Order: sequence, then C-alpha cells, then structure tokens
Amino acid sequence: MKILLLIIIFAVTTFIGYKVIKDVPSLLHTPLMSGMNALSGITILGALISTATAVKTDNKILGVVAIVFAMINIIGGFCVTDRMLRMFKTQLEVKTK
Amino acid sequence: MSTTLYYTLSVLCVFSIIWGIKLMNSPKSAIRGNLLGAVSLLITVILTLYKNLVLDNSLLWFGIILGGILGYFLALKVTMLKMPQMIALLNGLGGGASGLVAIMILTENQSTVDLFSRGAAALTMLVGWTTFSGSLIAAAKLAQKLSQKPVRLKRHSLILAISSVFICIIILALLIKSSGSLLILTLLMLLASLFWGIIFTIRVGGADMPITISLLNSLSGLAGAITGFAIYDPLLISVGGIVGAAGLILTQVMCKAMNRSLLSVLTGKTTVPSASAPAPEKACSFNQEVTYEGEIIINKEDEATRIIRIIEEARSVVIVPGYGMALAQAQYQVKELYERLMEKGKDVKFAIHPVAGRMPGHMNVLLAEVDIPYDKLYELEAINDEFSNTDLVIVVGANDVINPAANTAEGTPIYGMPVLNVERAKNLIIFNRDTNPGYSGVPNTIYQLQKVILKLGDAKETISAILLLN
Repeated sequence: MKILLLIIIFAVTTFIGYKVIKDVPSLLHTPLMSGMNALSGITILGALISTATAVKTDNKILGVVAIVFAMINIIGGFCVTDRMLRMFKTQLEVKTK
Repeated sequence: MSTTLYYTLSVLCVFSIIWGIKLMNSPKSAIRGNLLGAVSLLITVILTLYKNLVLDNSLLWFGIILGGILGYFLALKVTMLKMPQMIALLNGLGGGASGLVAIMILTENQSTVDLFSRGAAALTMLVGWTTFSGSLIAAAKLAQKLSQKPVRLKRHSLILAISSVFICIIILALLIKSSGSLLILTLLMLLASLFWGIIFTIRVGGADMPITISLLNSLSGLAGAITGFAIYDPLLISVGGIVGAAGLILTQVMCKAMNRSLLSVLTGKTTVPSASAPAPEKACSFNQEVTYEGEIIINKEDEATRIIRIIEEARSVVIVPGYGMALAQAQYQVKELYERLMEKGKDVKFAIHPVAGRMPGHMNVLLAEVDIPYDKLYELEAINDEFSNTDLVIVVGANDVINPAANTAEGTPIYGMPVLNVERAKNLIIFNRDTNPGYSGVPNTIYQLQKVILKLGDAKETISAILLLN
C-alpha cells in the first residue's frame, strides 16, 4: 500500500513537472538545465537521514561525503543559474546600463 | 512536529519548487524562480532534519556547511566559457551523492532494510554511479581534456552487453543474499556501474553532447527519486521525479533538433556521408580560391568593396552563431559587429538553432554574457520564414545547422533535420574556420553559392578585419 502510494506520488509529480517545464523557452534552456541540476541535489535528504541513522563509522564518513557532494551540487547549481540569468537583458536594459 | 504538519509543509515545498520552474518561463521572472527553488530546497533540508530529530547533529551540519562553501566558491569562480563542463561536473556529484547513500543502505544493518528498499538501493547504485562516471567523462570531453571524437573500444557493444548482464546478476544477488557477502557485492556493483557510465559516454561525439548532458541530467534526478523509494521519502521521490522529467524533455528537444534518435547517440553512431553527397566537386571549387593559410587571395580589393557595399545596402541583417563562435571566443567581436550595425540603423536579429553549441541554450548564454539583448535572439521557428526577406545573413562558426542538404538531399544523415534556411537571404557572409563538412559529415553546398562571401580562419580575426573595413 505504502509503496503504491509512493509510486503514485512519483508519477503525479513527474507529470506535473513535465507539463510545467515544457513551457520553458529554449532561450533559457541552459539555466533551466543547471537549475534542475541543482534540484537533483535533493538527494541530500537521503544522505542526511542515512548518515543520522548510520551505526558503522565508515558509513558515517561516506554519508558526510554524500552530504558534501549534494551540497556542492545544490549551492553551486543555484549560484551558476543565478549568475547566468542575471546576464539576460532586454534592449532597454542594455541601453540604460 | 506532527506528521500532518510535516506532510503539509512538504507538499507546499514541492509546489513552490514547481512554481519556481513555472517562473522560468521568462528571463525576467526566472531569477525569482531560481531563488524560490533554492529556498524551497533548503527548507526541505531543515524539514527533514527536524522530522528525524537530528537538527542538532553537528556531523550533518559540518557536511552541509562544507559542501555549501565549496559549491559557492566553485560557482563564483567558473567562467561562462567553462559552464558546460561545470554543469556536467555538478551533475556528476549529484549522481555520486545518490550512489553513496545507496552504498550506506546496502551495507548498514540489514534487519532494518526490507527487500523493496534493497532493490531500490541496488538500482540507485546503478543509476547514481553511472551518472557520476558518465558526467565526469562528459565534463572531460567538454573541457577538451578528452577527445571530442567518439572513442570506440574493440567489440564495444559486446563489452556493454556483457557488463549489462553482469550488473543484472549482481542486482539479483544483492536481493537474495543475506548479510555475509553484501559488502563485496556492493563494491562489485559500484565498479560495474562506474564502468558502465564510462563505456556509455566515451563513445558519444562532441556535437552530441547537448543530448548526453540532458540525459545525464535526467538520470541524476532519477537516481534521487529511486533513493527516495529506498528510504520511503515522498519529498525526495517527487523532486527527483521533476528533475527526471526536465532532463527527459531537454533530451527529446535536442534529439529532435538534431534529427538523431537517442539510441544512435548512445551507440556513438557517427553519421557517415552517403555516396550521393557531392564531396569531391566541392573540394575542387575551393582549391582555386583558398590558399593553405585559408586566406582568400583573388580579388582582395574587390571583395573588400563588395563587403562594404553589401553591409551598406542591407537594411535587415540576421546573425547566425554556432559552436565555432564559442570555440574561437568570438562573441565579443560579434557584439562589436552588432553594435556597429545598430549604429548604422539596421534591423539586426540573431537566429539561434536549438543545438548550436555544446549544451541546450549554449548560444543564448554566450550572447547574453556580452550584453546582447535577449529580445534580439530568435528561435528557429520564429525566424525561419523571415530569411527570404533578409538582405544579409552573417554566419559565425555554424555549419550543419545551416546546411540546405537537410531540406533537399534525401538519404544524407541530416535529411529532415530542421535547419535555418539562410540560403534564402539576399547575401551571406560566412565566418567559418574551414569549408570541411561539419559533425554530420555532410558537405555544405551553401559555400558554393554566388551570393556567399567566405571568410575562412579564426572568427575572432576575420570579424575584426571586417570591422576595420567599416
């Protein structure tokens, strides 16, 4: 039952995501990709839970490495996306710069 | 915190992440969208820490802060030129993080992990570590530390097939084995998945990179979602699913724009020119005009005056950038050319092909960096009908995406691929390195047209030379 519910959640959010992302213009495909890339760092949630519950020391170390990886992914990803997006200007903004 | 509150907040986070993506619809709101995504993601982190009562676990915070600082400085330091490999690298880290979590799940005390979790973790191993090694290979290729050409091992497909079977066997073994040999199996799975990712990406060619990094992007999301299944975390599953969908869309868009099936990209099938392509004829006609240095020697004065006249006469100009512009770092010269033309009161637009460059949207980012307004950038469908009314098309380092063979030469690999119909314009100036066929291997007949002026060599220098004329 629980598994079925999770599969439904997966299907529904994938579907909604698909619909929303389809509207993003190709102008912004690079920032979209790097933004999504940052979101894939959500796996940090798994890393946090597993590290907190890990008993073995070597697994705790692995867990911290996973957290560091995911955090680099998240912060790095969102920051480069922000940097890229800030470069996009309209004609008016370029002139007044 | 009550369970109801946790789930309510989780749903809110997912919705605000989706809302953030929706804001990515236009450059104006996209900055806010990105920020909203980032904030929501960090809230999910706090939420998860709180729910699991580990908010005061200093080890976790150590990892979070260390990773955050490293990520921040990486993002701050990277130049736009290195953006494709940076994105590939970050993507690999995401996959690796999922893979590490899977190792932990598989090797921890087995009594708490049920069969479903173990299966999901085994799959996460595969997807996560494949993403990791695949992304690193892709990053190395994008940084040109590895050959752009597809690397094909002897019996590549056989090796791939054998390793796939091997991986299936390990997954099965992971499912039925009890604790004893789990560590060894997990290690084998790690090595096999890393190997798999390398084998897959090593034979993808440079120009197919937009497709490959989109696919790897999708996989890193999928890895996250499967990790979510392994630990029964709905938040992780939903956000992972969204990322997976995003990567899938980009992959589709790229494949369509390149006229390639995903399968042919992954199997590294480079397109080979067919017999009908008029290759030898082309070579002859150019030998007369072009010296070894690639400098046009005949009628130098005439050509200069012709260029000046064409530019003076043109009222509407469309500039078509390609990967060659990125390679030569010529976007600054392009910007100068653009400004010069604007000062002369001409109507200047840019035509962007969806796969120009090495990642989706590559050209748009490069042009935005040099302050070319984005309302001057037009997508293929938006501008293709305008070429017949255009006085002058200026091509900078683009080849396959303007090859008329895609419309006419049936049987060639690019037949059917959507291209910019630049040959319909009144005049063309093309700044390319050489007249060799592009990545598709199909010779470009456009170079032979009378109305085309070819400026061969480094786009930076050739455009500068034109700027001096005017």
